[in-house]
This record gives sequence, C-alpha cells and structure tokens, in this order.
Amino acid sequence: MMRIECPWCGSRTEDEFTCGGQSHIARPDPARASDGEWAAYLYQRDNPKGLHYERWHHGFGCGQWFNVARHTVSHAILAVYTMSEPKPELPDVPGDKA
Amino acid sequence: MKPGQQRLPHTQVDTRERLAFQFDGKTCHGYHGDTLASALLANGVTIIGRSFKLHRPRGVFAAGKEETGALVQLEEGAFTEPNVRATLVPLYQGLNARGQNAWPSVRFDIYAVLGLFKKVLPASFYYKTFMWPNWQMWEPLVRRVAGLGSAPSAPDPDTYLQQTVHAEVVVVGGGRSGLQAALAAAADPDCRVLLLDEQEVPGGALLASPEPAERTWLTRTLAQIARYPNITLMPRTTANGYHDHNMLTALQRVTSHLGPQAGSSQPREVFWRIVAGRVVLATGALERPLVFPHNDRPGIMLAGAVREYTHRYGLVLGERMVFFTNNDSAWHGALEMAACGVPVAAVVDIRREVAPALLQRAAEAGIRCLAGYTVVHTRGRRGMRQVLVQQLSADGNDVQGPRETLACDLLAMSGGWTPTVHLFSQSGGKLDWRESDSCFVPGDPAQAVTVVGRANGDFSQPLNTRAQWLTPGLSPEYQWVDFQYDVTASDIQLAARENYVSVEHVKRYTTNGMSIDQGKTSNVNGLGILAQATQRSIPEVGTTRFRPPYHPTTLGAYAGVELGALYKPFQQLPAHACHVALGAHLADMGGWQRPEYYPRAAECEADTIAREVRGVREAVGLLDYSPLGKLEVRGPDAREFLNRLYINNIITLRVGAARYGLMLNEKGIVVDDGVVVCLAEDHFLLHTTSGGASVVHATLEEWLQCEWMALRVLVTNVTTQWATLMLSGPHARAVLGQLPGDIDLSREAFAHMQFRAGTLCGVPARILRASFTGELSFELSVPAGYGRSLWEALMTAGASFGITPFGIESLMVLRTEKGYLHVGSDTDGNTMPQDLGWAGAMAKKTGDFIGRRSLALDVGLDPDRLQFTGIELLDTTLDTTLDTTLDTTATIVNGAHVLAEDGRGSAGYVTSACFSPTLGRTVALGIVAAAQRRQGETVAVYYEGKAQPARLVAPCSYDPGGERLQLAPEVSGLAPVALPPGNLAAQLPMATIPGVDKVGFRLSEYTECDLIRLQVFHRDPEQVPALVAALGMELPGPGEVHWRGDQRWLWSAPGEWMLTVPTGLGKSMLYALREATAELCTVATLITDGRVILALEGARVRDILARGTTVDLHPQQFCPGSCTVTRFAGIPVMLFKPTEADDFLLFACRSLAIYLGEWFQAASRDC
Ligand SMILES: [Zn+2]
Repeated sequence: MMRIECPWCGSRTEDEFTCGGQSHIARPDPARASDGEWAAYLYQRDNPKGLHYERWHHGFGCGQWFNVARHTVSHAILAVYTMSEPKPELPDVPGDKA
Repeated sequence: MKPGQQRLPHTQVDTRERLAFQFDGKTCHGYHGDTLASALLANGVTIIGRSFKLHRPRGVFAAGKEETGALVQLEEGAFTEPNVRATLVPLYQGLNARGQNAWPSVRFDIYAVLGLFKKVLPASFYYKTFMWPNWQMWEPLVRRVAGLGSAPSAPDPDTYLQQTVHAEVVVVGGGRSGLQAALAAAADPDCRVLLLDEQEVPGGALLASPEPAERTWLTRTLAQIARYPNITLMPRTTANGYHDHNMLTALQRVTSHLGPQAGSSQPREVFWRIVAGRVVLATGALERPLVFPHNDRPGIMLAGAVREYTHRYGLVLGERMVFFTNNDSAWHGALEMAACGVPVAAVVDIRREVAPALLQRAAEAGIRCLAGYTVVHTRGRRGMRQVLVQQLSADGNDVQGPRETLACDLLAMSGGWTPTVHLFSQSGGKLDWRESDSCFVPGDPAQAVTVVGRANGDFSQPLNTRAQWLTPGLSPEYQWVDFQYDVTASDIQLAARENYVSVEHVKRYTTNGMSIDQGKTSNVNGLGILAQATQRSIPEVGTTRFRPPYHPTTLGAYAGVELGALYKPFQQLPAHACHVALGAHLADMGGWQRPEYYPRAAECEADTIAREVRGVREAVGLLDYSPLGKLEVRGPDAREFLNRLYINNIITLRVGAARYGLMLNEKGIVVDDGVVVCLAEDHFLLHTTSGGASVVHATLEEWLQCEWMALRVLVTNVTTQWATLMLSGPHARAVLGQLPGDIDLSREAFAHMQFRAGTLCGVPARILRASFTGELSFELSVPAGYGRSLWEALMTAGASFGITPFGIESLMVLRTEKGYLHVGSDTDGNTMPQDLGWAGAMAKKTGDFIGRRSLALDVGLDPDRLQFTGIELLDTTLDTTLDTTLDTTATIVNGAHVLAEDGRGSAGYVTSACFSPTLGRTVALGIVAAAQRRQGETVAVYYEGKAQPARLVAPCSYDPGGERLQLAPEVSGLAPVALPPGNLAAQLPMATIPGVDKVGFRLSEYTECDLIRLQVFHRDPEQVPALVAALGMELPGPGEVHWRGDQRWLWSAPGEWMLTVPTGLGKSMLYALREATAELCTVATLITDGRVILALEGARVRDILARGTTVDLHPQQFCPGSCTVTRFAGIPVMLFKPTEADDFLLFACRSLAIYLGEWFQAASRDC
C-alpha cells in the first residue's frame, strides 16, 4: 500500500484516497473542438513506464484534489502539488523494479 | 531413533513438563519446548505424510519453515487445519494430529501403488492425459488421489484482528544479527524499534548452537532488549509481505500455539500492517537439499536440522549417521555429532579439495572422509538402511569406480545455504548471483532497507560451496527437487526438452516450487538443473519472482473483524427503531438498512407489496426517504455552476421552485437525476439518487477544484443531517395538515414542484412537493434527530386515514406503474438523455453543460440507439397482429431480452418489470432499439425459452394525465389529532450505542457539546483574514485545535472548521457567528443532529484505534490538542485528542453510530 503526502493532511495510506487518472488534460472549447479533438480529450491517455502525472482525491480526509507525480514501476512519488501549481519538471528516472 | 530414549542435557526442552498428544489416533508423549516434529521423532515416528502426486512416504526433513515432508492435518472439526508443518507447531497438552494424503494410514497407503508408475507420471502428465473429453470429468478423481489434507467444513470458530503499527526502524528476525541491529537502532531514544521474530522464543540459529557462550550471549542480549522502552519485541510474528513505500504485513500467532481455544476472549491471530521508516532484514538462510537418486527417503534430513534436533531438543536421531555435503557446514555438524557420542560412519563430500583442518579433525573423531565422492543410491523400507557411494570423475561430470555400500540409519545432507531473500525481493530489490556460495544475495535495494547477517550472505564461517545441481552420470528419474509435489530432475529436463525457456513457465509446467515449499528448498536447485539443461548460467536463467505471502496466512486474518454484520459499514435510518417495531423487512441498499416492505403476520412479500401500493393509491402512505441524496450548493456562482452541471435550464429556476434535472458525465452518459430546488438566489438544494450523494459530491468537487477553479461555489453534503419522510397519497395533505406548522399547505399556496421552508411542530422543516409515486406527495425533511418523532407524529396523525407505512419495493412498483425513470435501473453505461426523450428540451438550452459535446459524436446520433420505453405484454392465445388484448397473467423479469426484428440477437431488454396491483397485470419498462420511432409496434420478449409478444408503448401505464397530483378528496367530520404538546421538540432519542467497558478500554456516547460547522465559500484562502478579523481569533490550520473559552475550534478541511460548544449553547452561538460574519462569504450550520461523538478512553485506547485507522497515534506524532480527519473502520471520521491522558473523541455520521458501536465491540478484544 502506498503512502501519499496530502498537501493539507500529511502522509496517509493509499486507502484514504482515490485516483482520478492523468492530470493536466485541458478541456477543449466544446464549441470549437472537432470530433477527433473531443474524443482525444475524453479517451486518450498516456501509459508511461516511468513518471506519471495524475490527480488524487483525499476523500477520507480533507476532501481536496491534488496532483501527484508517481513512477509507475517503482511507485515512488517524486512530487505532490496542488491543483493551482504548475506541473514540475522532473527527470524521468528509469524503473528500478521490473 | 529409538522411542523413549533420554534427552541430552542442556537443551531447550523442559523435561519436567511432560505433555501427552495424539498422532494418527495413537497417544504419544513429549515435553514443553518440543515441536510436534521433535516430539514425533522422539516417539520414533518416521513416516508422517505422503507426497502429493506419487504418495511416497515422507518424514521429518527439516526443523523449521522449510519443512516439506512432515505435513499434518492439525486438530479436528471446525478447528482443523491442513498442511501444517509439524516443525512449526509447538507441542501443547492434548494436541491431535493426523498424517495427510494417505488411506487408510500413512504407513499403509493404498495409493502408494502410484509410486510404481512414476515413469508414466511425468511433469506434463495431467496436461497431456486428461484432455479428453475434458478436465472437469477427471477432476474429482484426481483431487481425491492427489490431496493436500482437507479444509474444515464448519465456519472458523476463532476470531482475528488487524492492527497498524508505526516504527522508525523495523527489524525482521530475532537471531544474532537482528538482535544486534535492534539494539543499535534503539540507541536513539526517539527511534521506535519494532523487532519481529517468528519463533516461539527469539534467538534464531543461536537456539541450535552447542556453544554455552552463545546461549549466554543470547540470554544477556534479550535481557538488555527488555530494558529498552523504545524496543517492542513481537514474538511468534512472521513478516509475510513487503509492500510499496516500506509497508510490511505480518501475522502474529496470539493463541494458535496453545491449540484450539473455544470461546476465547482473545483473537487467534493478529494481522499487522507495519508502517516502517527503515527496515532491517535479518531473516537468516535456509539449507538446500542435495539432488541424488532416491534422496526422498524418510531418514534423509538436512544436516542443519540434525544439529538443531540434537542441540535444541536433545534428540539423538541415529545410531550410525552419514553426512553428505558440498560445503563446509556439514563437516562442523558431523564433528558436533561425534562430540555428542553419536557414531558418524562417514562424511561424503563431492569436493575433491576439502580444508585439511576439517579432514584432520574428522579423522581424529574416527570419521571416514570420502572427498570427491557422491551418493548414488539409498536403500531401506520406511527408513534408511544403506547409502551407496561412488567416486566422481575428475571433471565432476560422471561417476566412476566401484560402488561402495555404507550402512547407516540417517543421512544428513547439505547442498549449501540460500539467504532468505523473499522479503527483499518483494520490496523490489535486485538479487545478485554469488558463485562462491552458489546462491542469490541481496543487490541494489529499491526501498529504505538493509539486509544483515546470513540473509545478506554473511556466513560466520566460510562455506566453500561447490554446486552439484544433480548427480551426474545417473538417471535423473528418481532425483527429487520438490519433495512435496514429486518434481524430479527429469521433470525439469523434460520441460527444457519441450522448449520451455522462461523460468516462470518451467515452474508452472513442472509445478516445481509451487507446493507448500514455495521454492524455499527447491528454487535454486531447480534453477541449476534448468541452467545446465539449457546451457545457460543461473543469472541468465534468472529467478522466479517472490510474492507475498512469504508464509501461508489464514484467510480469517485477512478478514479481521470485517465479517458477518461488519462485512462493510452500514447506515441506519433516523427512524430505524420505528421500522423494526413495525416488523419491516430490512435490506442493504446502497449501504443503508432500509425497509423493503412491512409484512403483517403470515403475509407474503407479494401480498404485502400489493397492500402497501393500494394503501398509497387509495389513502395515504409513509416512506422513510432519508437516504435521498441532499447536497447544498451556494455562492455567487452557484446558479451558473448548476447550469453547467444539468442538461436542464437552471438559469430560469425561481426561488422556492423545484425542477427535475438530469446529470451526465463528460462522455454524455446519464449518471444521476433528481430534483433541484432554488432556496435563494445563491443557494440551491440538489437531490441525488439514494446512496449516490457521496459520488455526485466527489464529482462536483472535482469540477470545482480541478476545472472551474474561478467559480465561487461551496458544495456541502447534508444527506445525513436531515431525516426525510415521504407522505404520499390522496390524503397526504389532510394528514400533514394535522401537524402544527407555519407552512400553508393549501393547493393554491403550495403547488406541485414547489418547495417551502418553515417549522413543523416547532422544529425547522423543509417540504418539497414532488412525486415519485404519481400521488400527491410531500417530502418532509427535519433535522435528523427529529426523524423518529416526525415518523411517529405522522403515523398518529394518519391513523384515522388508514396510513400505510411502505417500503422501497412498494415504491418501485408505484414508480414503475407511472413510468418514472430510475437511473441505474432503467439506464445503463450507454444511456444518453436523448434516449430518455430529452432531445427537444435540450435543444432549447443554450450554452454548454457537462457531456453536451459528446452527444453530438457519431455514437450519439445513431438512430438505432436503445431508448427508454414502456412494454405491454400481449395475450399469446390471440392473433397478436389483429388484437390488442393485454395479457393479465403473463409475467416477465428484469433482463429479459427484446428480440431483434429478424428474431436473432437482442434489440434491448426489460429494465423494470413488476406486477401492478393497481392495474392487475404486469407492467414493464425497458430500453429497446429505436423505441421512440417504433411506438405501438409489436415485439417479442424472450424469457425462459419462449418468446412473449409485447408492444412498445409510452412508459406511463397509470394516470398519464397526472390528474391524481391535483386530487383533493373531501374529508369531513375529522377532528384534528391531539398530538402531545411540543411533540417534536421533545426529541425522541435515536438508537443509542451500547457502551463498551473492558479492561483498559471504555466507550461511551459523548453528549456534552453541540457542533457547528463554519465554511468559507469556495474554500477561498483569501477570505480567511477577513474571517479572522471578524471573529477576533486565529483559526486553526491542518490538524490543529484552538480553544476559546469553552469552545473548541477544529480544522476539518481547507476553509472549513468544526466548532464545539457546551450542549444547549449551539443555537445562540450559531446566531452570534452568523451576526459576526454577516458581511462575509461564510456559512455557519448547526450539525449536532447529524453527528455522533464517541468518547474513547483507557490504557488500550491507542491500540484499539490502530485497528481502525492507519494514522500514527503515538503522542509524539499526534499530540494532545490536535485532530485529524481520517478513514476509520472504512468510514470517514474526525479524531480529536483533547488531553495528555489516553482519551480520544471520535466524530462520525450519526447514521453510522450503531455500526461503529458494533465494530468497537468486536475490535476491542484483548491480545
Ligand atoms: Zn487531505
């Protein structure tokens, strides 16, 4: 079970959170987006072996959504930042757990 | 060995305490300190079980968890446990065990004849043989013959607990290295050290040492450890999993070492979740067997085990022993045996070069040294009689010269040592192959972990191991690798010949290491044989991945207290006691215990529902509707937000009016519906489907926090703060009119789809005129604490109208008759609003809403989409093309398919079908392809093998004009019911939590405060300074509590606080707060009613809380005067520690009070 550092509540175990999937996906203007652009917004997601920027919800705590940069192989969490903060630039370390 | 012999002196066995036990129905004796295995050896029992596939006799082979032979069925009846390693069972008085996998007994096993067919039962035998006609036919036979003991048939009578523990350093293993590591870490007094040891007593390999100095060191060190307050030693605790982020799981045997404990107040085992800062693995090493012909005979044991039985248990296992080895460790064993006076005939060593010192000492002890020799055969029925040896060729690839026969009654073997790297591998650490010791050792770690001692390959004496993975020049047929599953060297070679390359595939094809052994003794030998057969090195072959659990774990321990009623959290309705008193049939619906219907004596379900439906249609009914989701949305941008949320127009919704709304997800799929009420220009009340409130709330928060961050909106889930009752039926207005209140209920003043707030019997009330039954209905909400009183008042007021309490099942019949949509029943994961007939209404709405763009994708425009429709069943006896007679006898079930026009495949299905007592026939709803275009057409509904003709019609079968909503039957001559004065104000108590009063733990309901919630709009941090100025006090931050006089302010979320004031002062404080913050964008609410507060105290309180939460409650981490919002026993709670003493206050939803009470009752067992 992972331990996630909530920006408000501190370090908690994974079972207090739910993962909302990939973060930093801009919602296109529905009036302008083509079918293809809209479908990409709905369905196309990164599936990296490495760093993944995703958002989590502390449903059993403060109720806040925030961003997590997690390594999908080692589950190492390299950054936690609020929704209003920009995406941090992190070196993509290779997976150390195959 | 001979039964009844004297034990050697200076052992760990207490010969003053003699214990009687049963094995295979025979009474035997042992001593306190014995294991079942050592006691069986002392009683001369050589055959304990039979192997899995070939039923070969198996005896004690090891002394610890690597045992694969001495597997027993322990105890009987509900307490029975299969596959128990006799080496791990401490002997207790009255122990009862049986050998396994044999009939009639392990000594005379009929199936042993299978051993004769070894050659025709290779690894792939099952896969290749039982193909025809199918495996299912053969399975029962194979299962009976190839057995592994039997599972208990009765429920487990024992109880189990789960608990979380936090430590800065966790040491796994209580041998020499582990003890030293624990002491070193404990030098820092702030460092909490947890030391896990899996044996009955700590000491690890030291327990088997013949050196008095080592025993003295152990005693002294254990005494020293006991003096450190920051070291917690957990005996009988096996770490069985190493998970992400340095979290470990461990199983502690609390009473299981004492045998069956019927009715014990203690749990049998505790499953620990360990949150570690740093982990030290001191898990030791396991000895490997050697692979040679007929190496599976009882009487062949690991050399280390022979030493342990002698030094620790005082047993002399043979009268003439032979040692067979490929490393130095067995030589020390042989010398120790000789020193104990046990004749050792020879040491056979595959190495030509053996240290001269060892050779010399052995010669002095009269031991023959056969260096460069190997064992080529063993003989003996039910035991060892002879070992045949032969010289190895110079290159070690063949045997040569004459065979020599050595007489012996015990063969002690050592194939080298394997560091116990299971946990290290589970943690993600890499394993490196060390050629000099022929073993894998820990490499680069992936987490904060250190491996010490033999687990790290640091052997105190050099081993000088030389690998011989199988005996060369001889048939691999009878050279065992996995002793329990009967996997031999030939099976692995067969897999290699059949082109299996991956070690993971070979493992599964041959089942090597898949038995109870889990690779502990068979893994490295199997890899060696595979590497040789495929001409690769062992690092090239790689190793199979180690996965939790390291050691078999009882299923009950994984369940903990989450069994039966506590399987998952349950919520109770405010008027729960009234429903129970009325004999309601309760069911779990969305986590709530809700009445399905209220049967009278001997009334069946169908009759009850029919009576309740008629009661509502003809007079008046009362339903507890409290689980109805209620969210309050407020703020300057609330209207705009809701307009983006619903497909319906919210801009035009007037204050006091209500409107039905549909909610989509971004993919355009209908996810929720409900009535939206405008309470004020900037204040709305959203109703969601029952049980859907928290999901919808989380979705709203996601949009506000992640996408539309500029909207100034505050969403609060108030579902459990209000009790909601639905009064429905022609007499609803007359009944409600009997209750004193300030809301004008007249038809003119209070129209359908209107909302009024006021007072009812002196308490705040919210009334919504909406209808889910088709009858005149009032949905009445009062603060949750008054729910029971309101129920009783309405039942009294309705008595003369024949009021009928009705349940959810009856409500579903009423709404199906009316064709009202039930999201989740009548919709699926593809349903879009246009499928429900909302295309026209949506077209009129301008602007965007969630999911709108997706409706315009191709999938949404398909003319053959499944659309919501009514389905009428037609009479099959008539020509359906001409007649329209309805069939009043036909029935249909949910899920029945509507056949496609060509009669093949499905064109949709029935979603809601029931017998309508009102219409006297079945009514059905469904989603059917192009149903809107095909209204009036005849279709076939496929059900139970036959096609029932039916017609697609409008969903509403009853009162399509909606006239009944306006119905106002004349009621004459009724005097208002005399209600007791101030009835509702004298709040009836809700179900009270049974207190807990045990040693070290007390639980009681805390009623000494009122609760107020204070929130800032949009949780906007910029508004906090103004709030601080208005209040004249600093507000607490995360985890903080501020005191002001007798008030306590607790942080609960960003921009949200909970305030406690002495009971009775809540209202005045609320008004004072509202006045002080009138100019600010804040909301203050009295929430006492919706909450329960538990006072928890006693010396054990932190332990018991740690069974519900993973938050660290140590005073250094969770200091007095702090609070936390966390997950506890599966539900959200707030924990508050008011003082230095061992006491906590726990705040939770009132509806979960009884669940929490029962949870604490179960989880507060002592251990
Ligand atoms: Zn949080």
